Amino acid sequence: MQVSSLKFQRNAGKSLKNKILQGALKNIEPRFVGARREAISHLEDFEAVRSRATAIRDQVLANLDQWLIRFEQEAQRRGAIVHWAETAAEANRIICDLARQYNVKKAVKSKSMVSEECGLNDALEAAGVQVIETDLGEYILQLAHEPPSHIVAPVLHKTRDEVSDLFELHHHLPRKTGIAELCQEAREILRPHFISADMGISGANFLIAETGSALIVTNEGNGRLSTTLPRVHVALTGIEKVVPTLEDATTLIRLLPRSATGQDITNYVSVLTGAKAADESDGPEHFHIVLLDNGRSKMLGTKLQAMLRCIRCGACMNHCPVYQNVGGHAYGWVYPGPMGSVLTPSFAGLAATLPLPNASTLCGACAVVCPVSIPLPDLLREVRHQQHQANLRPWLERKVLAVWAWLALRPIWYARYTGLMSRVLAWLGGAKGRLTWLPGVWTRERDLPAPAGQTFRDLYRKRDKS
Amino acid sequence: MRVGLFVTCLVDLMRPSIGFATLRLLAHAGCDVIVPEHQTCCGQPGYNAGDHTAARELAIKLTLEFADCDYVVVPSGSCAGMIRVHYPTLFPDDSEPACRVRALAARTYELTDFLVNIAKLQDVPGSFSGNLTYHDSCSGLRELRVKQQPRTLLAQLPNVTLKEMAQCETCCGFGGAFSVKFDEISSRMADNKARHIHASGANTVVAGDLGCLLNIEGRLRRIGDQATRVLHIAEVLAGEEGHVPCK
Repeated sequence: MQVSSLKFQRNAGKSLKNKILQGALKNIEPRFVGARREAISHLEDFEAVRSRATAIRDQVLANLDQWLIRFEQEAQRRGAIVHWAETAAEANRIICDLARQYNVKKAVKSKSMVSEECGLNDALEAAGVQVIETDLGEYILQLAHEPPSHIVAPVLHKTRDEVSDLFELHHHLPRKTGIAELCQEAREILRPHFISADMGISGANFLIAETGSALIVTNEGNGRLSTTLPRVHVALTGIEKVVPTLEDATTLIRLLPRSATGQDITNYVSVLTGAKAADESDGPEHFHIVLLDNGRSKMLGTKLQAMLRCIRCGACMNHCPVYQNVGGHAYGWVYPGPMGSVLTPSFAGLAATLPLPNASTLCGACAVVCPVSIPLPDLLREVRHQQHQANLRPWLERKVLAVWAWLALRPIWYARYTGLMSRVLAWLGGAKGRLTWLPGVWTRERDLPAPAGQTFRDLYRKRDKS
Repeated sequence: MRVGLFVTCLVDLMRPSIGFATLRLLAHAGCDVIVPEHQTCCGQPGYNAGDHTAARELAIKLTLEFADCDYVVVPSGSCAGMIRVHYPTLFPDDSEPACRVRALAARTYELTDFLVNIAKLQDVPGSFSGNLTYHDSCSGLRELRVKQQPRTLLAQLPNVTLKEMAQCETCCGFGGAFSVKFDEISSRMADNKARHIHASGANTVVAGDLGCLLNIEGRLRRIGDQATRVLHIAEVLAGEEGHVPCK
């Protein structure tokens, strides 16, 4: 997927003016924020589960190489084949080669953000494979030729009306308007694809080291059909998703659906282990697991390592007041919101993602809800620090801050400057006591309440003398 | 107890009355207050822009200026959070200056937190009368856990009715440089805040951070609300809102 994060400002502006999008974004509060609050309250001790989950993730990241080797050994012992992809291009090449090897004409996919990260659909289509997204949200986006705007609810930006229009256009059936009818129509269209597909592609929410299993949580059942009906199953996921044991995975599952959709548990939790054995009647004949690095290992051992704890629940974006107002597309890549503003610079490069870590007020709402205690505001500051160290911040910003720091370290000059500013701003504010125009952008959207005309410093000194 | 008042650069320049209100509150609480003359800025603008060098220099400067204080009190959750939470991360080693900075950080408090938990103030001097709604500024709330403290103090004013607004913990959109880098998003967030303020039925909005107040007041005035009063918690608690001596 192309990175268009440099256009964040312009795209965010468009999002703010897009009435349909703004209507859709209003659903975040009740559907995600409210639902999460309710579901978390069902846990006896959220903080205890959260610290256990954080410890599990940290335990893995401290020795990630060893846990991955353990996972590979266990997976291969049970008949899966593990592939290692250093880059997105390599992951695509591995999967396209598999498609050729097994003479695949059609692939069905369950939702995988890692496959979006790789741009896998385009690669497969270029290799002559028909790709069908089967997650309802991803299917809608495939029809609309749009990228996801949320990692859990990829079609969050679309309204029901837009979906009705799309289905009518592509399915050539009478227009439906009810959610149940629309779902039924999608189900009827998708079912033959599951049966005729040669390959099923999924992600993996967790990789279980002790059993070599890929675990996925889904709600629509398309995940089970995609991973068990076709001859070949390919699970593509990031190297950081490994957890030591099944029990560890269950601890994380106590938090993942609750944090993501406000469900105590998803409709399906599938643990996929090995290919179909000789005495089994169901399952794929071939099971391949593709483990993607694509910038993740570079974060190990750095101040950004905690970001790799992420279990992709989306709670940080659901609770981010910036995301709530502009939606996911403005961020310009697969991962929006606070987690994306930390991950995308590591994956796509600092220079291509300059606005992202700055597009946050550092309000901290994300860190409060993160189920694996990722200190997101600190990490956003760290990416800002990396930008500063790499000399990537704009010239004007650097100069303004340099002058400010110079003055702040020289109190006498500082006092003269602020004294002058106070007088000038007070004079400009006049009788109204506020300024409606100033050079710069503050007054483009708001007034500036005028200061008193004298600084606290000056007034305090006079008071001392009186 | 010897208390150093860190006025903050924003209060010094934009609304000195908050500084004087803070002085009145600290004096009322029986503190021996000093105001170091050469104080300037805590360094947060540079720190949040990724410039750690400037932030470190300003941290050392501030530490020296307040060295002989038992406590440092700040009428801002954001600047108090910078000192208390972020200074230590800038000075993680065992050198002497680092230990001093961390020691200073540990005795730095946001104003309402200090009044309630350290000074144990039982009677606030203010005489504010009417209904108001309180906006929980982000840094105070999430970095310093300032939530009940201002409400505890407001409850001591007999003629004040607190009308809580919806989403009082949601960011107003200020965010320092964010408010100018992303002014459209910032003002949309302020619009949401304005809507909740209006829906609360209160005619005054109060917060503990001048940055938020400038953003909220600036947007309220721009969208045509000239009536809602926008006050700092210190002004409400100390009485004589907006009063400065010797003007």
